Order: sequence, then C-alpha cells, then structure tokens
Amino acid sequence: MKEEDHIEEKNPIETLLRMDRIPHIWCPGCGIGIVVTSFAEALRKSEIDLDKVAVVSGIGCTGRVAGYIKLDSFHTTHGRAVPFATGLKLANPELKVIVFSGDGDIAGIGGNHFIHAARRNMDIMVICVNNFNYAMTGGQVAATTPTGANASTAPYGNFEYPFSLPYLAEASGATYVARWTALHLRRVTKSIQEALTKRGFSFIEVITPCVTLYARRNRLGDGLNLLKYYYEKSEIQHGADTRTLDISYQGKLIVGKFVDKEKPTFLDCMNEHLAKKLGDKYQPYGVNNG
Amino acid sequence: MKKVKADPKGVLTGSHYLDGDYALAEGALAAGCRFFAGYPITPSTETAERFSERIPSVGGVFIQMEDELASISALIGAVWGGKKVMTVTSGPGFSLMMENIGLACMMETPLVIANVQRGGPSTGLPTLTGQQDMMQARWGSHGDYEIIALSPDSPQECFDLTIEAFNLSETFRVPTFVMTDECVGHMHEKVVIPPADKIELVERKWYKGPKDKYLPYKLDKDQIPFMIKAGDDYRFHTTGLTHDERGYPVINAECQDVCVRHLVDKITTNADKIIRTEEEEIDTAEIIVISYGITSRVTTKAVQQARKAGIKVGTIRLITVWPFPEKRIKELAKKVKAFVVPEINYGQIVLEVERCAGGQAPAILVPHCGGGVHDPDDIFSAIKEAAK
Repeated sequence: MKEEDHIEEKNPIETLLRMDRIPHIWCPGCGIGIVVTSFAEALRKSEIDLDKVAVVSGIGCTGRVAGYIKLDSFHTTHGRAVPFATGLKLANPELKVIVFSGDGDIAGIGGNHFIHAARRNMDIMVICVNNFNYAMTGGQVAATTPTGANASTAPYGNFEYPFSLPYLAEASGATYVARWTALHLRRVTKSIQEALTKRGFSFIEVITPCVTLYARRNRLGDGLNLLKYYYEKSEIQHGADTRTLDISYQGKLIVGKFVDKEKPTFLDCMNEHLAKKLGDKYQPYGVNNG
Repeated sequence: MKKVKADPKGVLTGSHYLDGDYALAEGALAAGCRFFAGYPITPSTETAERFSERIPSVGGVFIQMEDELASISALIGAVWGGKKVMTVTSGPGFSLMMENIGLACMMETPLVIANVQRGGPSTGLPTLTGQQDMMQARWGSHGDYEIIALSPDSPQECFDLTIEAFNLSETFRVPTFVMTDECVGHMHEKVVIPPADKIELVERKWYKGPKDKYLPYKLDKDQIPFMIKAGDDYRFHTTGLTHDERGYPVINAECQDVCVRHLVDKITTNADKIIRTEEEEIDTAEIIVISYGITSRVTTKAVQQARKAGIKVGTIRLITVWPFPEKRIKELAKKVKAFVVPEINYGQIVLEVERCAGGQAPAILVPHCGGGVHDPDDIFSAIKEAAK
C-alpha cells in the first residue's frame, strides 16, 4: 500500500479524548469506557460550547475519567469532586460542570458532599458509575454493594444494607435523577444530553460491571456476560417512585428517568434573596448562569 | 510579578476599631478575595460572619460548606475558576483541611487559609488561645512540600499580613497560612485601612502565550508555571497525582523527583525574598528571645525586665514562620549565649531554632500548654537562667 492510499479513520469522539493518554488503564470488559463514550457522544450531540464544559473526578477507577477527557478536567481527591465542582461552578458560573466519579467516591467517602450539593440545588451534573465495589483498591465492600455479595473485605458476604442512589439524590433535592446500565448506551447518552440542558443538580447513575473484581469474586462470568445480564435484568420504569429502587444481589434493576423538575438553583436563590434584602446595595453575581 | 492596585470596592478605607478576626476578612476583601467557603468553628467564626455580611455589596460569593473538607475543596475549585479565595478555621478544622492542602500544593493552587489557633489536641479549648498548630501548618499533609505561614501579633497585622499572604500565595502559587490565635483574633484594636491605591497586589501569573503551546506545569524562568482558568479554551488537565509539565500523571520515581523537588525548591530557593522578621538590639545581645504572634507581645514585658536587670537581651519576632529564617539563626548561634523561645505549646518552633543553632547555642523553651498567655515573669526567669 502506498502511503497516500492510507486513510486514517478517526472515531468522531476522538476530539473529546486525550488520545495521547490512550490506552487507558481500565480492564477489558469494564463498563467505564462505555459510559465515557456515551458522555462524549452526548457532548457532541448537544452542541453546547465545549470550552465552557469542565469535568471533575475524584479517586478510583472512574476517577480516572477526567484524565482522558479533552476538556478542562480536574482529577481531585477521594470524595471531594463534588465540593471542588461547587467551587469551580460558583467561581465561573458560565461553566457547565460535570462530576464524573464512582460509587465509592460519590456515595461512600463523598456522601456528605453529595447530599449537600443536591440540597443546595447546585447547578452541576453528577455521573456516578456504580460497579458495586471499590475496584481500584482491589474489590472491597462499598456503600452500594448489594447485601449478600462477596467483596475482599466482606469475604463471607456483605451483611449491610446498600444505598439506593436515586432515592438518596431525590430525597436530598436533585432536580434530575436517572439510572441506567452501561449497555443502555443510547439512553445514557440521552439522559446526559437532557441533564446538560438543565439548570440545577442532576444525577445519573450507571450500573457497570467490574469484571476483574466484583464479577470474579462472585463468579458472575465475564464482562460481556455481566453487561448483558444487567441489561436483561433491568426494567424501564420512567417516573418510578425512588423509594422502590433498591438493588438486591443479582435481582431486578429498575432503570429510567425518575425525576425531572425545575427549581431555582443555589445562585438563583442567592441572587433573588440578597437583591430583595439589600436592594441597590447588592451586586448581582453570575446571573442566569445557574 | 505584575503588581496592581486594589479594587476600591473591597477596601474599607479608614480608621476602625476591629478585632483580629474581622481584620482578617477586611484584609481578604482588600486583597481582592471574592470567594470564601467556610465552616463555623470557634474562635475563627467571626471572620466568616464578617465576610458573609460584606461580600454581597462587594460582588462575590460566600458559601457555608458542609465541613472543612468541602470548604478547602471548594476553594481549590474556585481558584481554577479564576477567583482569589480564602477560608478561616481553627485546629480541628485545620486538621480536616490537611488532605486538600496537599492537593493545593500539588496543583500549585494559590489560596489563603487563616488559622485562629485554640488549645488542642482534639476539641481541646475551643474558646481559649494556643499556638499548637505551628508544626501542623508545616507538616500536616502527607508527603514533601513547602508552604508559607505568617504570624500576626495584632488586628492591624491580621489585616496587613492577610494581604501579604495573598501576594505571596499568588507569587509562588502555594497555599499560604495566616497563623494567628484566639487572643489576637478576639483582641479589639485600631486598624487603619489605607486607600485602595496605596494597597499593592500581586496579580495572578496569567498565561498569555499561544493557546496550543500552553503547558500547565512548565516552569517559567522564576520557577513558577503560568496559570489559566477553566472555560478559556485551553482544555487542560490537572491532578493530585505526580505529573509532568502537561499535568498528566506519570507514576515513576523520575517524575516524582522533578515534581516534588520543584514544590520544595520554589520556596526554599526564594526563602530570602519571603522571610520577614523584626529584630531588636540583636548586635549587642547575649540572649535572644524568639517569639511570634501574641507571645511576642508578652515577651516585650519580660525583655524590659531583663534589660532593667542588666541582661543584654535581643528579640526576634517571626512575622514569617515558614519558611523558617534558618540562615539568620545559624549566623546568630555563633554569637549568642542562648536562645529563649516562649510559645503557647509544648515545644514546636523551639525545635526549629535548636536545629538551626546546631549545638552552638542552646534553645531554651518556655512552654505554655494553652488556655492563656505566658506570665512575663516565666519568660524573664528563663532569660535570667540562660544568662547565668
């Protein structure tokens, strides 16, 4: 083949990835990459100004996402992606700030930050990849591990109750809440697209197989098996009561868009309230930018 | 470093009667701080209260976070969003901030934290003074790094040194601490705030070159990389992991050497430019009393007594505590009989004096476990003993 005949085909999402950092560190069969693809696809379709999009991750397997996305991206400390994102958003309200992290980061060590950002209706999006365990450190039990599942620090099975993240998000004040599995590629993309156009705290949980640890320790087969299994075990129930979304070990997964409502954001509330109280003395801040 | 005049909007020019905590907030506003994330903690809360009251008419954000972990994380985020930022805390909150002080060091994020110290350990003495976080300020987060810490001894200095803390923090892209204490924080004194055009500020070291050539951690001639903010089309990455000049993680010993060495060197090689001390009657001194913060004011009385008793005493007041004035102490250790170090703890800065003195002169601690200031007689006795 002559050199001029060589056509280099580029994946359209390549422009959104730091190709100089590929190959990534995720295991074969891991679902995080699929969620990243959905995310990139949503950004591409949404036609928003990509210079105004920032991604913040915490620590863990999903915490590595920020390092592969070619946008302003921040790889912060364990559990602190949400408050970091809060500061980033408030300092520059024209940014669309997306927290992309795992269940351990968001709901375990960062749980307190998560509920408070939702309570304030901080105008950020949180994408939480839930793989039911702490994968980066070797598959320890998490706040999301279904009761009965094995983990390296629950060698006789997990006897604790797990969090239902959509329930937690809604109860805390989130204005957009959805759950999908990684194989719901187009639905995840659509949810992210919807959340991108929303103002307020939006939360998207994506159930993802952890092949190397969770699946192996629980003898659940390979990545593809588990992706398919989760997909087949899911039942779409848009608008389902978030109190009914508990996840049991290898049980049914209720997925869908559960919450989509409008509510003034933190900055809306701040501007409206202080303008009312202080009149002309008040210097409005970041108005109409969330 | 580009110098600019303060924005008059934040400057409350005039002569005021303020406590140290309020003066910290006024210093921050004068320095251009427009983002404050904090969590209430005695004896520092008044600073947050003052800022929350003042900021709506200046233009900026005050947010009370859910804890100190969140406060400091929000600060770092806000710096990368383009703001100058500050928080205030005391011992227990300072402990919680340690994790992300490390992140701020690693990401070379300029920010200011004031610690109005109280007695510890743990909850200790919430309402009473201490100087027990001085070593924590230097070493509290894991790993090797350098920070800058200043120690005001009056409300006026709380104002002045907060501005200086912002300037140093921007110059060296490093977290900078104002290590005050409950006594100074709650002491009311005259604070003179100059007109805005008399307040000189260091502007953030913004990158102005071609966008595609920007490397977040490429060192400039002065060792300090240029900064940008999110949203300006750089599509940059930064991480708490060991990284190269692109800000990309590189997990090996070679990169660690370059990365960490830089975090340390940028402060140690500039120590002479950073360090400020106040010296009195050093040239003829046999004994030198080294103190900082509220303790330096108590020391004054003891030194007067000692001089009356015919002892040749000099004083050094540490305005900058970190980096430590190592060279100066080494030099003086050859000339003097002893150093006397009163501090409201069980021996922290005295260890540094001892290290620098290198056995040439003893460093004598006058400890106080916190809850009050020294009795000047105790310091006087230590001076007398040292002079024997």
